[in-house]
Amino acid sequence: MNKEIPRIGVYVCHCGMNIAPRVDVEQVAEFASRLDHVVVARDYKFMCSNPGQELIVEDIKAHNLNRVVVASCSPRMHEATFRKACRKAGLSPYNFQMANIREQASWVTDDSRLATAKAKDLVAAAVGRVAFHRPLQTRRVEVNKSVLVIGGGIAGIQAAISAADAGYKVYLVEREPSIGGHMAKFDKTFPTLDCAACIMTPKMVIAGQHENIELLTYSEVVGLEGFVGNYKARILKKPRYVDEDKCTGCGTCMEKCPTRRVPSGFEEGLAFRPAIYSPFPQAVPKTPVIDAEHCRLLAKNKRCGVCAKFCEADAIDFDQKPQYLDLTVGAVIVATGFAAFDPSSMVQYGYGIYPEVYTSLQFERLNNATGPTAGQIVMKNGQVPRKVAIIHCVGSRDRNHLPYCSRVCCMYSLKFAHLVREKTGAEVWSFYIDMRSPGKLYEEFYNRVQAEGVHAVRGKVAMVTDIVDDPGRGSLTVVAENTLTGRNLRLPVDMVILSVGLQPAEGAGEVARMAGISADGDGWFTELHAKLAPVNTPTAGIFLAGCCQGPKDIPDTVAQAMAAAGQATALLAAGTVETRAEISSIDPDICSGCKSCLQVCPYNAIYFDEGRQVAVVNDALCQGCGSCSATCPSSAAAVAQFNDSQVMAEIDAILA
Amino acid sequence: MEASFEPKIIALVCNWCTYTAADLAGTSRLKYPANVRLVRLMCTGMIDVKYVIKALLDGADGVFIGGCHPGDCHYINGNLKARKRIQGVGSILESFGFEPQRLALRWIGASEGPEFAHHMTEFVNTIMQLGPNPSKARMIL
Repeated sequence: MNKEIPRIGVYVCHCGMNIAPRVDVEQVAEFASRLDHVVVARDYKFMCSNPGQELIVEDIKAHNLNRVVVASCSPRMHEATFRKACRKAGLSPYNFQMANIREQASWVTDDSRLATAKAKDLVAAAVGRVAFHRPLQTRRVEVNKSVLVIGGGIAGIQAAISAADAGYKVYLVEREPSIGGHMAKFDKTFPTLDCAACIMTPKMVIAGQHENIELLTYSEVVGLEGFVGNYKARILKKPRYVDEDKCTGCGTCMEKCPTRRVPSGFEEGLAFRPAIYSPFPQAVPKTPVIDAEHCRLLAKNKRCGVCAKFCEADAIDFDQKPQYLDLTVGAVIVATGFAAFDPSSMVQYGYGIYPEVYTSLQFERLNNATGPTAGQIVMKNGQVPRKVAIIHCVGSRDRNHLPYCSRVCCMYSLKFAHLVREKTGAEVWSFYIDMRSPGKLYEEFYNRVQAEGVHAVRGKVAMVTDIVDDPGRGSLTVVAENTLTGRNLRLPVDMVILSVGLQPAEGAGEVARMAGISADGDGWFTELHAKLAPVNTPTAGIFLAGCCQGPKDIPDTVAQAMAAAGQATALLAAGTVETRAEISSIDPDICSGCKSCLQVCPYNAIYFDEGRQVAVVNDALCQGCGSCSATCPSSAAAVAQFNDSQVMAEIDAILA
Repeated sequence: MEASFEPKIIALVCNWCTYTAADLAGTSRLKYPANVRLVRLMCTGMIDVKYVIKALLDGADGVFIGGCHPGDCHYINGNLKARKRIQGVGSILESFGFEPQRLALRWIGASEGPEFAHHMTEFVNTIMQLGPNPSKARMIL
């Protein structure tokens, strides 16, 4: 099968000072030159640079090389670069192998002698296996010209608008009755104090009215399969019990509904809503939903139907059933956002015990003109607080809860401090661990808030208690240590705001499983490369936007959403994608027809040819996982680039 | 004699999780023993048991297999198939004359650079205690 005699060129990279001093690159190149089939072996300062690549191109021509090995960084970094160089010289890009002597040798080994020995082994392994490489064929397949966006917060909305503006069909799926996400709950936004609604609602309207965007609210993605350019998504449309086409959004049903006291999720439990509801006045779409759990008719089987009686548009439909929608899309943008940390578990702060302890999202609603107090910062008794404590890092930077910094809390806490000062004139005490204000105009905002007379105390609060020294001076006491003065503090206050951290949204793990993307230990989705591919995922055609990838503020979220849309539309604009070359094939001459492979294939990519009595791989479906090759008892199934002779040669060379 | 023993370990790792974790360990300049040689595969699910047997028969002092955490497999469930196979091969190692501890299977996610370094150190320590692969002595005979 492999009749041509291998003529291999080996290139050992110094990577400036990253590989060279620790690994003796000259010695490695000299070692490589004595390996079987190696015709030329060189070391060079930067193989990925233009002259470095030219070196390979010229050698291929001059020495008639038919295989190339580059010993440098991870193939995840530069495999594509060197494959391209091979192709430029007329060599199949698959007749190439990388030895990772930077991430796996020079960077992780102190002892130069051991690092060099390891590098030699890795080079020998690459040379050993590349002799068994052969050119592979790929095909180009059409890309479906539409995008699925999962999540309708500011990230999803922006990604949808950007992709739709580029001329592509977008399906924007949101599980809540309205798009808007967390940002729709905010009042002001730091550091400019823009009114969130003023900048958010126009975006929502654009998304709702865009001719290229199909909004699928109150819907969830329940299935996702396929591959880049051709994903099949199954969407569950939960029954609204209101006909979207007939409803005019007049709101009469919500006024007339006799069930009035359902705690509102949008208002963070600070207000009630009826059983038929629209989460907030600017909701998009305006069509309300009937909460089947609380509706008298649907949940309790009582004769009610008041909403239907008053609906002039005859839009109420109690017989609606869940519907499934099957979509085909070329790219998917995951924008599932975050959930606010629930501070109930940190009993020392008294959330859920003392009524005047609020979470940051509750405080956003308290501040909001459309919120339960019409934007007045007042206590539950209606009085204006005289002294307010803001506790930073609740849940964040805490090994017991969220080990990371949630990035936005310092800034929104400063915003709260400003708003309390502005609206009530109350004394504000901010308790922080470190004040973090990196961002354009953020430090300036911090300075401004300090100048407004906010007391900033460096120290983590030990507890919030209702044991007060003087009942006339506030109903709560904040106990803390000021770590700058070393003094303990018992501060009487009227109100406490807990600046809770961010954690991945509920159900994020399920989305990751469906999309075939991974999450880090904290549950945030992992990007393909932390610096160079921040919105891509290891699964081609699936992109990330917003907080699902990690906590971030609105400017970063919007930028990332635009970037994700840019990547998705670039894929769609290309029109076709190259299929994977590293896929399985089954040798019909060897296959005994036992069908073991059919049972293990996770993609149903293998079918049985009854005529020839052999298993056959459907190369459009095969992803190259190799379940079949490891299962096949007669070694008839093999994944290209990872067949037995290649893997065995690699192991052989290491142990030689 | 014992002090000069530098074991050689073959690590069969999946491209998406453990190989990426190894890259992260590198980028983070985490140090771990230089005895491990990574062989990159697309998925632990493609690991044929004969790779393990061959590596040990050819003198590897240990074989480490690293894949994605259950539920995180890039190919849905390749890692679970690998677990089944590796449990199988582990149970017959002794009949080949190898201590079962020479074979280890661990889940190391893409973002777990420190865990990767930790598992490498731990496995190398285990192999150091076991001593050289007994098949090496046989080969000399």
